[in-house]
Amino acid sequence: MELVTPSIGLVFWTALAFIFLLLLLRKLAWKPILGAIHEREQSIDEALNKAELAKQEMARLTAQNQDLMQQARAERDEILKEAKTLKDSILNEAKKQAQVEGSKLIEKAKIEIENQKKVALAEVKDQVSTLSLEIAERVLRNQLDDKTKQEALVANLLKDVELN
Amino acid sequence: MDCNQVFVSKVKKVIFVFTLLIAFLSIRNNTFAQADSTIASPDSVVAESAHAVSGEHGATEHGEEKFEPTKVIMEHIADSHVWHLWGHTSIPLPVILYTAGGLEVFSSAHFHHGEQDYQGKYNKYRLVTGLKQSMTKDMFNKNIKVVGADGQIDEAASDTVIDFSITKNVAAMFISILLIVVIFGSIAASYRKRIGKAPKGLQSFLEPVIIFVRDDIAKPNIGHKYAKFMPYLLTIFFFILFNNLLGLFPVFPGSANVTGNIALTFVMATATMLVVNLNGNKYYWKHILTPDVPWWLYPIMIPVELIGIISKPFALMVRLFANITAGHIIVLSLISLIFIFKTLAIAPVSVAFVLFMDVLELLVAFLQAFIFTLLSALFIGMAVEEHH
Repeated sequence: MELVTPSIGLVFWTALAFIFLLLLLRKLAWKPILGAIHEREQSIDEALNKAELAKQEMARLTAQNQDLMQQARAERDEILKEAKTLKDSILNEAKKQAQVEGSKLIEKAKIEIENQKKVALAEVKDQVSTLSLEIAERVLRNQLDDKTKQEALVANLLKDVELN
Repeated sequence: MDCNQVFVSKVKKVIFVFTLLIAFLSIRNNTFAQADSTIASPDSVVAESAHAVSGEHGATEHGEEKFEPTKVIMEHIADSHVWHLWGHTSIPLPVILYTAGGLEVFSSAHFHHGEQDYQGKYNKYRLVTGLKQSMTKDMFNKNIKVVGADGQIDEAASDTVIDFSITKNVAAMFISILLIVVIFGSIAASYRKRIGKAPKGLQSFLEPVIIFVRDDIAKPNIGHKYAKFMPYLLTIFFFILFNNLLGLFPVFPGSANVTGNIALTFVMATATMLVVNLNGNKYYWKHILTPDVPWWLYPIMIPVELIGIISKPFALMVRLFANITAGHIIVLSLISLIFIFKTLAIAPVSVAFVLFMDVLELLVAFLQAFIFTLLSALFIGMAVEEHH
């Protein structure tokens, strides 16, 4: 029975000591300790949140950079391509124009040559006719004395003329 | 989960004790039969017949003090007015008596371990120890009795004397309180000094325990109002834990069976009961006074609920007391085996088992502090829970 019979002195001292301990520790220990732990946890949480935000911001910036880079690269490619096509087209144009110009010149030259030839031929014809007239004149002068001879001459001349 | 753990540990303990008992019972007869025969041969016929009668207590007649394990164990488990250190050395503790005449304060050394009476200012006192003491009518333990003029104990006068002595348990409790205050005072100081920094040293050793009490005991059981009860929960947790651990320590600052004393567990359980009921909200009282049952069941339900107010802390009280006391009894029983068998050969076995039990008790020390705190938190949680 002794074991399960509390003694009043021990109950008294335990109650007193326990209340004293509770009040003392609450003021001396638990308030600052729990406060400090809570504060530290909050600051750690905050720091972690901030780090997370910074990480997200960083990722966003990196993505943006990547985007910009890609865009710039695409733009550059575009520009290069454009330049190339422009160059090609200019070159082609120039070539074509040159060809056209050239052919035109050739044509002109040909026409000129033709004209010149015609002129020369006309001149030659003129001279030939003049010459023939002169020849004829002379022949006529020589031949007009003799009728037969004249006729024979004309006939010969005509033969020659027909050759032309 | 926790209740299961306790149950398992208790069952293991019981199985263990029974195994041990059976194991030793089988050796017992054999050993003593041999011991008897060796002692008996040079003795006279009369002594031999005495052996036959007294059996295993043969050695008693050779002038040695009879070893009574029950007495030894009970003396350890119970409270005392002296703090026994070793051999015949002990620290006398102050005796404080509240008598009809006034306060009496004197050292327990005057009793000379109960061999002498002490003449105080108002009365003559006698220390009654061990199993001899009787229970008084007010259900409280009393070791110090008033001696009447005829040299006999005056029970009527004894009943008027109230014993407020600093006993071994009170002294041990003061030591543990001092230790708790010093340790937590110092870590509180380091929290103040190192604001926002990582814990260091003792601080980092105890911080996980504090956080464990907060996050695994208070928060899940009480809910968002946990902060108000944290000082109480932390105090009971560390108070029980430190006293449990000091109780396991076999020499001076420890060795007292503080948490295995019903008076202490009674105070702790009463404290929990007061905290629970003083913080009970209207839902809690509504649940007790107008339970959710048909009205004609009220005559049964209301008394049951009212008994529940008492039975919950009562269970707390008995659980802690019985667990710690049982642990001490087992360890002491194992040690006593050496003296029962009067042979050193049993010592290694005893020591091995004691070591095992001590490790188990170390677990129990934490477990019981945890369970007491957990159940207190649970009861508080039930009292402050909001129903929507």
